Amino acid sequence: MSDFLRIGKRKAPPASGSAAPPALPHFNINVTDGTLIPSTGDKSILSAWNISFFGAIAAIIILPILSPKPYLDILAVVPDGLVATFGVTIVSILFALVLGLLTGLGRIAKTKPINLIATIYVEVIRGIPLLVQLFYIYYALGPLLHLKGPASAVMAMSICYGAYMGEIFRAGIQSIPKGQMEAALALGMSRTQALWRIILPQTVKVILPPIGNEFIALLKDSSLVSILAVADLLRRGREYASTTFNYLQSFTIVALIYLIMTLFFSRLVGIMETRLRNHGQWHN
Amino acid sequence: MDNGIIRIKDACKHFGAVQALRGVDLVIAKGEVVLVIGPSGSGKSTLLRCVNRLEHLDSGEIWVEDDCVTSPHANIRKIREEVGMVFQSFNLFPHLSAAQNISLSPLIVLREDKAEAQERARALLARVGLADKEYSYPEQLSGGQQQRVAIARALAMRPKIMLFDEPTSALDPEMIKEVLDVMLDLAKEGMTMMVVSHEMGFARAAADRVVFMDEGQIIEAAPPDELFAHPKEERTQRFLNHIL
Repeated sequence: MSDFLRIGKRKAPPASGSAAPPALPHFNINVTDGTLIPSTGDKSILSAWNISFFGAIAAIIILPILSPKPYLDILAVVPDGLVATFGVTIVSILFALVLGLLTGLGRIAKTKPINLIATIYVEVIRGIPLLVQLFYIYYALGPLLHLKGPASAVMAMSICYGAYMGEIFRAGIQSIPKGQMEAALALGMSRTQALWRIILPQTVKVILPPIGNEFIALLKDSSLVSILAVADLLRRGREYASTTFNYLQSFTIVALIYLIMTLFFSRLVGIMETRLRNHGQWHN
Repeated sequence: MDNGIIRIKDACKHFGAVQALRGVDLVIAKGEVVLVIGPSGSGKSTLLRCVNRLEHLDSGEIWVEDDCVTSPHANIRKIREEVGMVFQSFNLFPHLSAAQNISLSPLIVLREDKAEAQERARALLARVGLADKEYSYPEQLSGGQQQRVAIARALAMRPKIMLFDEPTSALDPEMIKEVLDVMLDLAKEGMTMMVVSHEMGFARAAADRVVFMDEGQIIEAAPPDELFAHPKEERTQRFLNHIL
């Protein structure tokens, strides 16, 4: 995954003392894999997304019709791996969200040691490739921790994505105007109350799209766990290929299934993003 | 005047190299309405924000009733419950309806009964003339309406003191009056108010005293008619020439 965090400031917060009506600043946080996110502005049938998505679906239907021999067999075997792929992805993203929230809070904490720990975690984890982290937890720490493949996979993915989520949470929390915290404190709320009741509910709206993007990236990266004896989509394809030597056909199907999933989810995130931006109301 | 409800003694504060407050002394009596005026950067907003410790003083003391706000041992949350604040940019919570904005703090800070808090929120909305906006969200309200909700939100904590930080500066002219009317009512009911504002009409109608600040110091303080008609200091005169 390419990992950068872009915080686009659409509208500057109102400068105090100016007579302009105060508007909530609109922030856009993108943590993307670059080309994946479809441009929702492109409504034509021949948009890149439409061609890719429906092309992939057409291919996965037409190929078995044209040559049923390997393709139908592959389609009978390989999708078993979807359970593991989605299992690892969903469990990891949940843990990563919790870790990310804690990290994000740590990154903005005024207490020095907490801040330092959170920052070191983010720096260290972001500096090590995910594959190396997977190997480290499975092979190096696995014997000590008595972890099986799926557990190691989930642990490594959660820790890795937790660091990226931490940056999303930090940016999201910092995008909420300072006046919100001040108003909450002035009303007698504690910092914790203000955080949970005022700041975080507003943060969720800002960070939903980037978290959706992380979900897609994690879905793709989950293919790495096929190395750790986890029977995910990629590993099922490899198993089939190595017994039948139909490498081209097997990996074509595997690639098409990943492509359909990621394109589908990225469109979903795109729609969510537009909705939040255009009619970004809290109530409806 | 030493038994004032707010007592500020030798308040000093700087931001980096800028000295925002240079030894400010001010006592505000219970029920008094004090308007603080002065050029931008004169420290008037900073002074106001120090009263409920949104800013910390470098030195000096601020007392609210029998509590020292500036003491590190102060129960600042308890003090803030009794000191309501209204901001220039309203700072309503955008994810909550008008009524929820008002009832949230009574619910989670004062632990009021839910039905009671909602009932009071409705009553407060009616009081600021927005009885029909209970379910409206801040973005559906005009600036003047938002500011009136913000005043109702502060009042929901049953404060003894209200601080207003340029409450009408971000409003279109036609909306200023509706906010000032609400403030005027409050003043008539005997609320202690410290108001940073240049609304001279409000000063004449409601203020007991006008305090003129410049460069982090109080230059002079007097009842509005006296200060506007016969300022003692030349700096006050110059400032008044600009805004009157």
